[in-house]
Amino acid sequence: MSADSVKRPDMSVRIAGVCFKNPVMTASGTFGSGMEYGEFVDLNRLGAVVTKGVANVPWPGNPTPRVAEVYGGMLNAIGLQNPGIDVFIERDLAFLKQFDTKVIVNVCGRTEEDYLEVVERLRDQPVDMLEINVSCPNVKEGAIAFGQKPDALFSITEKIKKAAAQPVIMKLTPNVTDIAEMARAAEAGGADALSLINTITGMKIDIEKRRFVLANKTGGMSGPAIKPIAVRMVWQASQAVKIPVIGMGGIASWEDAVEFMLAGASAVAVGAMNFNNPCLTAEVAEGIENYLIRHRISSVSELTGAVADA
Amino acid sequence: MKKKTRMTVVDSRMLTPEICSLTLRYPQEDAPDKVLPGQFAGLYTGDASMLLPRPISICRWDTERKELRFVFRIAGKGTRALAGFGPGCAMDMLGILGNGYPMEKLAGKRVLLLGGGIGVPPMLELAAQLTENGAAQEVTAVLGYRDGTLFLYDDFEKICRVLTATEDGSAGTAGNVLDAVRAHSLTADVICACGPLPMLRAVKAYAQEHGMQAFISLEERMACGVGACLGCVTPTKEVDAHSHVRNARICTEGPVFDAREVEIG
Repeated sequence: MSADSVKRPDMSVRIAGVCFKNPVMTASGTFGSGMEYGEFVDLNRLGAVVTKGVANVPWPGNPTPRVAEVYGGMLNAIGLQNPGIDVFIERDLAFLKQFDTKVIVNVCGRTEEDYLEVVERLRDQPVDMLEINVSCPNVKEGAIAFGQKPDALFSITEKIKKAAAQPVIMKLTPNVTDIAEMARAAEAGGADALSLINTITGMKIDIEKRRFVLANKTGGMSGPAIKPIAVRMVWQASQAVKIPVIGMGGIASWEDAVEFMLAGASAVAVGAMNFNNPCLTAEVAEGIENYLIRHRISSVSELTGAVADA
Repeated sequence: MKKKTRMTVVDSRMLTPEICSLTLRYPQEDAPDKVLPGQFAGLYTGDASMLLPRPISICRWDTERKELRFVFRIAGKGTRALAGFGPGCAMDMLGILGNGYPMEKLAGKRVLLLGGGIGVPPMLELAAQLTENGAAQEVTAVLGYRDGTLFLYDDFEKICRVLTATEDGSAGTAGNVLDAVRAHSLTADVICACGPLPMLRAVKAYAQEHGMQAFISLEERMACGVGACLGCVTPTKEVDAHSHVRNARICTEGPVFDAREVEIG
């Protein structure tokens, strides 16, 4: 077969009316606001940069140690350290707008008012979508409290939707009994899309010192070891709702990304493994494209939910 | 675009039962023009169950041979795996990372280098660069060890004046590096230090007391190594430039800080 006869597959995906050049995004908190990884990855090659969570005011985060490696993964309890929305808009957003990639801003807060303030501030900003972090396990107030009860999730989703100018992604926590119920609650509240999974609450103890390794005692687990849980939850959530699902949790290769899409994800995000390979996002995008060529699939969106049901 | 570098192990040996010396050579085309003392690199074990690179400070940079030497303590399964790489093996490396010691601020000065335990190795490249072409007026290294196993002592001796302190009193001054500084009535314009946190606290207090400037290299559990994850922060006196709180990133704004700028207790 000559090179000319290989038709490039269509890598673009559409989520809530926003067109992404490919389905590969960065998982919030693992990629800063793109600046730190800009030396390793041509940000123009990503479907979207999803920023680290930003609040209405600067947050100092938790005491250290904040990170610990575990078998096949890691724990983090950063506590959402961030410079606040003002610095974010002035510096980080301005930086990201130099690139031909979509920008999804992850929004965090302690109270409903905190979230709404950030969402309001972003109304007239050049941001493509908002991702609402109601699933961080590492802060004492807010965050996950909104994401573990269906009625609380429904209520905050509804309020954010009223205030937001951009389409809203609700980021779900796996630390629930029934992910489908949470997915339905967010959809009922008006969410335009879902992203999952956030980290799974974990713990590590130093047996020599008989101390918790993390200052916060518990932390969110991420990395390849959690991938089967994430794939299962993406499948369950995507079966439960009609809105698109962005899948993440331990993606370490293009093969993992394809697996998430087959499970029902419309797009995927690379998280903790950015720390292992800072070039991974671009490599995943390239690998998916080669997979499509090899399987003669004309559009990447055909992969979504395409796992055989028997 | 930057990427991980595939280095070649050219030397690996144990200096003590728990301290490993590992020398890695760059592929010719990837060697950096400059390496600053106090900078570090992330070394990968190649074992997928350990996804994070191990941040190890640079002990020596050989410009001619394009070789980096790392000397580290085997502290867990990651560093044990790194110590298991023999000559000829490929090892992936992220970096050079971090800021390094501010050489311009040390030029022409009388500099006291204080290395405690596994804080000793980065002082070697610092001593080398400070004595090269007479960059500093005077360089004295004070090395603190647990016992008489004085790893790297011979390497320092070839470069600068070197004194030791041992916790068990088996060599040099009995006690820590500051006990040795006092015992020898050492004076200097600037202190550069690397070692455990209690030592760095004491160094900060000592420098303050004696009106000296001190640059200290901090250590913390790291994940990304490039400033994205905000895992390895240290409390700072002033609002930091990145997050606008009072938490600077050790991997990026550091690991070397002016002791006056960090709140290490």
